[in-house]
Amino acid sequence: MTDDRLTGSECWPIRSRLFIGRITDRADARSFYRAGLMLAASLLCSCSGPQSALDPAGPEAEDVAILFFTMVVGGALIWCSVVGILFYASRKKHAYDAGQASRIILWCGVVFPTIVLGALLSYAVWLMPNIRPGFGEANARLRTIDVAGEQFWWRVRYQNAEGSAAFETANEVRVPVGERVLFKLTSPDVIHSFWIPVLGGKMDVIPGRENHLTLMAEKPGTYRGVCAEFCGPSHAFMAFTVVAMEPGAFEDWTKARASFDGARDAEGLALFLKHGCSACHAISGTEARGTIGPDLSGFGERGSVGVGALVNTQEDIARFIRNPSEIKPGARMPHFSMLPETDIQRIAAYLKGLQ
Amino acid sequence: MSIELGNFTAEERAAQEERLRKVWGTPKGLRYWTSVNNSEIGLWYACTAFAFMLFAGGLGLLMRLQLVVPNNNFLSADFFNQAFTLHGTVMMFLFAVPIFEAIAIFLLPSMLGARELPFPRLSAFGYWSFLLGGVFVCGSIFFNAAPNAGWFMYPPLATDEKYSGIGADIWLLGLSFIEVASIAAAVEIIVGIMKCRAPGMRINLMPMFAWYLLIVAGMILFAFPPLIAGDLLFEMERMFDWPFFDVARGGDPLLWQHLFWIFGHPEVYIIFLPAIALMAMIVPTFSQRPIVGYSWIVLAAVGTGFLSFGLWVHHMFATGLPQISLAFFSAASEAVVIPTGVQIFVFVATMLAGRVIFSVPMLFGTGGLIIFVIGGLTGVMVALVPFDWQAHDTYFVVAHLHYVLIGGMLFPVVAGIYYYFPFVTGKKLSDAWGKAAFWLMFTGFNIAFFPMHLSGLRGMPRRVFTYPQDIGWDWFNLISTVGAFVFAAGVATFVIDILRPKPAPSEPNLNPWNSGTLEWTNNPAEDWGMRSVPIISSRYPLWDQPNLQADIEAGRFYLPDAKSGRRETLVTSVLDATPIQCLRVGGTSYVTIVAALALGGVFIALTFKWWIATIICSIITFAAIVTWLWRGTAQIPEAPETDVGLGLKLPIYVSGPASVGWWAMFITMVGDGTAFASLIFGYFFYWTVHDDFTAAAQGPGVVWPITALVLFVAAWGLTLLARQLNEKGPNGARIALVAAIIVTLAACGAGLAGPYLYAMDPTAHVYPATVWIVAIWAVVHGVVGAIMQLYCLARSLAGKMTGEYDQDIRNVALYWHFMAFTAVVTFAVVGLFPLVSA
Repeated sequence: MTDDRLTGSECWPIRSRLFIGRITDRADARSFYRAGLMLAASLLCSCSGPQSALDPAGPEAEDVAILFFTMVVGGALIWCSVVGILFYASRKKHAYDAGQASRIILWCGVVFPTIVLGALLSYAVWLMPNIRPGFGEANARLRTIDVAGEQFWWRVRYQNAEGSAAFETANEVRVPVGERVLFKLTSPDVIHSFWIPVLGGKMDVIPGRENHLTLMAEKPGTYRGVCAEFCGPSHAFMAFTVVAMEPGAFEDWTKARASFDGARDAEGLALFLKHGCSACHAISGTEARGTIGPDLSGFGERGSVGVGALVNTQEDIARFIRNPSEIKPGARMPHFSMLPETDIQRIAAYLKGLQ
Repeated sequence: MSIELGNFTAEERAAQEERLRKVWGTPKGLRYWTSVNNSEIGLWYACTAFAFMLFAGGLGLLMRLQLVVPNNNFLSADFFNQAFTLHGTVMMFLFAVPIFEAIAIFLLPSMLGARELPFPRLSAFGYWSFLLGGVFVCGSIFFNAAPNAGWFMYPPLATDEKYSGIGADIWLLGLSFIEVASIAAAVEIIVGIMKCRAPGMRINLMPMFAWYLLIVAGMILFAFPPLIAGDLLFEMERMFDWPFFDVARGGDPLLWQHLFWIFGHPEVYIIFLPAIALMAMIVPTFSQRPIVGYSWIVLAAVGTGFLSFGLWVHHMFATGLPQISLAFFSAASEAVVIPTGVQIFVFVATMLAGRVIFSVPMLFGTGGLIIFVIGGLTGVMVALVPFDWQAHDTYFVVAHLHYVLIGGMLFPVVAGIYYYFPFVTGKKLSDAWGKAAFWLMFTGFNIAFFPMHLSGLRGMPRRVFTYPQDIGWDWFNLISTVGAFVFAAGVATFVIDILRPKPAPSEPNLNPWNSGTLEWTNNPAEDWGMRSVPIISSRYPLWDQPNLQADIEAGRFYLPDAKSGRRETLVTSVLDATPIQCLRVGGTSYVTIVAALALGGVFIALTFKWWIATIICSIITFAAIVTWLWRGTAQIPEAPETDVGLGLKLPIYVSGPASVGWWAMFITMVGDGTAFASLIFGYFFYWTVHDDFTAAAQGPGVVWPITALVLFVAAWGLTLLARQLNEKGPNGARIALVAAIIVTLAACGAGLAGPYLYAMDPTAHVYPATVWIVAIWAVVHGVVGAIMQLYCLARSLAGKMTGEYDQDIRNVALYWHFMAFTAVVTFAVVGLFPLVSA
């Protein structure tokens, strides 16, 4: 995870590494321009972070960050000019006649904004299909990950090469670096919005529709994504982890996940089944096949419990089992505080061990 | 002007003033609240709106306290969600729009040189509706029942009864009620500006404020009805399970987003333009010269108004719409920058060409512009689709919208209050307090909201009640909270300055800023507004017309007296402002309060599904409105003409397009037609999103809809016939009206017969629900049309409507033009379109 407490000078090496990576695929002059802008950006060191749109780990986010910094510089100049003119105009002793003064309306109010906005708009409209290539043919060949936004967690299904479901996970999206991935977004309940700021912009997840979003990671690392559309009491906790992996490591991980065996800890599994957890949760390699709640295969690897509400320690897991809605208001999981404490601890240990 | 001005002796003037005071005076004691005078209604309206603003600001502070540190548990998620929903809702619906209706009602008559707006009782009705609806919506949070799905109420979250409880109904019904009040105010403002200007004030001599309010009221007329239509669909889903937004039964949550933002985006300009209008009054005064580029700014304001209706999809860039339409709306969103820029540079040019006196109103005005420009620049950013995909629904947008609304609206309003305070009370506010308030508000605002740009781009979504510690949002939120309290201290300073007792000025001065516009001739101590209605020949008459103020006060112009004992004001022609009528407006009355409270009762009872109370309140509302119309409108005068002074005799009663009532009906029906168009838009929206929009369900057939169509057209024809016959004598007209009523009722029956006889189940699928809703819309309008025909019949029988005095039937005929159009479109669409599309 990138540390957000870096100082300005410490930000630079990360950024320059990113640029060296990208100089190879775009014209040098443009890259130097980018490097200059991003240097300025890194001076604003407040921009870095695992969830920062200004600390890009993919080409879409990078293009938008550059667009943003360009606009910030331009906007600052325009703002200073307007404030300057206002100050000048509010000094008492200078009399312009109305004809001279009205020329400023024409030049500053009409001509200048038309030119600037025309240029800006052309660039942005040109950028749109570049960062989000059109749907259809081209996208059909991409690696597809089905993501369902549900109150208040993310169901993530990976497809194998034939396009059928390979395995399911939750609240964690793993993608291979250097490959464009297609997310197919659906919702069974209310509107959510799927957003990984370091990779690119968001896309709403709307019941009754399947929205498509393609993203590419270029920099390996662990990032954070969130639901951006207000969706109910625990909207604030509807986050997910994004892991961008080297392609080899990603393939290894998908293989491991596809053949995950959650039955290694037989005692823990028995308690999990006995107390009815499997009515809602599935764990690969066991008879737990519930589909209402998140799939818990590989749960121990995940960074958090309750979609970012708690850190993933055994005690946190136990606390969540005892009373989920205390931690995540509106969660559909009932509380299990009536279970014997030893059983809760044992189930928590079992879940923590699912790695 | 070759007209000889009047000359009165001191005794004559004293007698005139005595009569004017008697006619225009405000009642004392409890009866004070029955006043309908524009200066009372405007003041109550403004104070109430301001109180709602303080309430919503308090909610904002609570939210900032919750977000001051990560993982805070000062507020529960549930309360936080209610708080931000109410904060947005109250600021938009109960402060930003009503405060301008308030200022307009207060200022417009004086600016235009009218005694009153044409429908003072309508203003009062609007105010009481607003007060009741506002208290109802705000009060809900004290019962933990406030709406909690965000101020744009997206379904399916907001249609989920388990989540939103009664809060969503309170939002839908409470605000529909307030929207009705807003439209009432818009009608009042449009007719007032077009028809009640001082003689000679041609349309190109109007003060800027009047231009802007005319545009804004026009925008309200086209922007609010789509939301009302959306509210109707929404409430039908919540109350009766009609599946307009339920995807399982063919509905689509995106229809709500379209309808909401077709309202919601113009709303931003409805809020922003009147603030610019205040600036357009303040800047010339403190530059001591007429505005530079009068036609530039008028055209820019009109352009902004038009463009604002073509931008709504920029709130939906992330919904997955095709990129080509995103590009179109992105371009339109950028285009609106240009007229906005023109308006700002008109002020700069005026300041450049004048000699600027920098006082507190200018401080707030220019400070607001400086903030607003940042909001405008971030607006340029978020209007670009790729950037919006990142910034949408984050704190960046929260920062942007507060920069726009606080810089573009709140600061200019405060500037306006400092500027117009002497106009209201005869006393100035303090410069020292004003400067302190300004600097606290200005610095506090920037400390609070500037960091939000960064927290947003660092990934902080809006509407989160808490956030984790380690992702770099802590400091920004801490700073924002500190800034919010500094800002609040500034607002408190301003409020204290208004409320603290102030000594009367040693030398009373009606025009302390040396302004050029007409309103500054009014004496705030008197209720009559203009002492006499002057003849205007300049945009800044107080600067250009010598001795104007003294002549007005000496009663040397029109209407210096109130001999009839009735409240009278001049009606002039739309473009040239030549006097055409001496209008008698309604005076002090209980009926408006009864009507507003009863209508509020209807909406509140509906919220709680108390059906019997709903029916009782509906009957009271109906009775109150009929009483109000019967006793207060289209009164046959004691003489056809009256002397308004300066040798001019004007009719007291006019009908048709010359009358204010006809215009009010026309304008109301334009708004009503817009709501109807929104419903039809919904019908075709479902057609575009589904392969088979009828879902193979039974339609209403062809025969009944076409029968209804023909009968409605026949009823329309009979109504027009009644209008023609009425000019010759009462008998033919009465027979035609009876026939029209019968045919109308038959048409209503036929309209519902199609969906009913074919057993269309509106809860089964969105198609039958849509057919039902448009048919019901047409039929309800038909019933109202029949009541109007009955009303005319009764007026004719009571001798209150004759061939000469025929305002009632002419206005009803106008209603029926729209009615016929509605019926033809409705029944052609539901009856024939399924055949065409199949």
